[in-house]
Amino acid sequence: MINFLKYLSEWAIPITILVIVGYAYYKGLKIYEVFTEGAVEGFSTVIKIIPYLVAMLMAISIFRASGALEILLDLLQPLLNFLGVPREIVTLGVVRPLSGTGSLGIVTELIQQYGPDSFIGRLASTIQGSTETTFYVVAVYFGAAGIKNTRYAIIAGLIADLAGFLAAIYITKLIF
Amino acid sequence: MINHIWFGLIIIGVITGIITGNLGQVSQAVLQTTEQGVMMLIKLIGPMSLWLGIMKLAEESNFVDLLAKIIKPVTRRLFPKLPTNHPALGAIMLNISANMLGLGNSATPLGIKAMQRLQELNPESDTATDTMCTFLVVNTSSVTLIPATIISLRTAAGSNAPLEIVGTTIFATTCSTIVGIIADRILRRVWS
Repeated sequence: MINFLKYLSEWAIPITILVIVGYAYYKGLKIYEVFTEGAVEGFSTVIKIIPYLVAMLMAISIFRASGALEILLDLLQPLLNFLGVPREIVTLGVVRPLSGTGSLGIVTELIQQYGPDSFIGRLASTIQGSTETTFYVVAVYFGAAGIKNTRYAIIAGLIADLAGFLAAIYITKLIF
Repeated sequence: MINHIWFGLIIIGVITGIITGNLGQVSQAVLQTTEQGVMMLIKLIGPMSLWLGIMKLAEESNFVDLLAKIIKPVTRRLFPKLPTNHPALGAIMLNISANMLGLGNSATPLGIKAMQRLQELNPESDTATDTMCTFLVVNTSSVTLIPATIISLRTAAGSNAPLEIVGTTIFATTCSTIVGIIADRILRRVWS
């Protein structure tokens, strides 16, 4: 099963490209020209995202660098002790939706400190793999479409992240 | 909503910075992270152009219609307001597949393409539609079969079983997707 998944992920990109290009070729399209017509929008699309991402990153970095995040974790501490969740893991859970590189850095540190096959190592791996950088996704996806009023999307995304976080703790404790 | 979250992060951050004396770090961090963020986007231009080119071929050849038909049973329930043969569905399917396989750099451009197609149906161009919110939630909580980054990180750290977290990850990410979709349905009713 694992090997099958590994092959699937290795094959996916080349095969998808071949199938789509092949189908268009079969349909008689001028494939090279059509491809470049589409690709030309890559640059402008990415440029359009910049203001949204910068706005998001600015607020998040002020919050993190000021030490407010640490204080938030201190406030959460009694609850965490009660639930039996290690503090390092909670830091990861709070940083995860805010910053992809930040949370990956925390996971790397935890894996190096405790070992990849320790409880904390496995838990951190599961959390990183099953949750998303919600603030980044909102900025990038909605930014590219020019959406300014994101309505309830961030809240729903954060609820999903929290569910993934708690489910990761539950299943890791159960299995390992 | 986003205005409150945004201002909340800034004011709490600055006041905390004044109290803790960390304002120097704050000014450094603000400039550094925005610089890094834009660098990250610059790197996205390559995959973005690649997948927009492929998607253009898929649309002009009507290949997206085939993809849309395949996922119709799912999307009809997940996105009830979206016409069942809409071209956004092809991009949505490719985006979700790429996410499942842990191909983040390809998933993002495909998701952006889908979002832009959904935007064409939007009567109020600066406000997210129900369909867009659902798609975003499905995306942030997307089911991952292969957490590729984590597997390579574990391998590099000398793990005896780098893949042993795949099962727990699939479980946790499935929970988050289900909860995310339920939250989306409930919040949609509460939010005007």
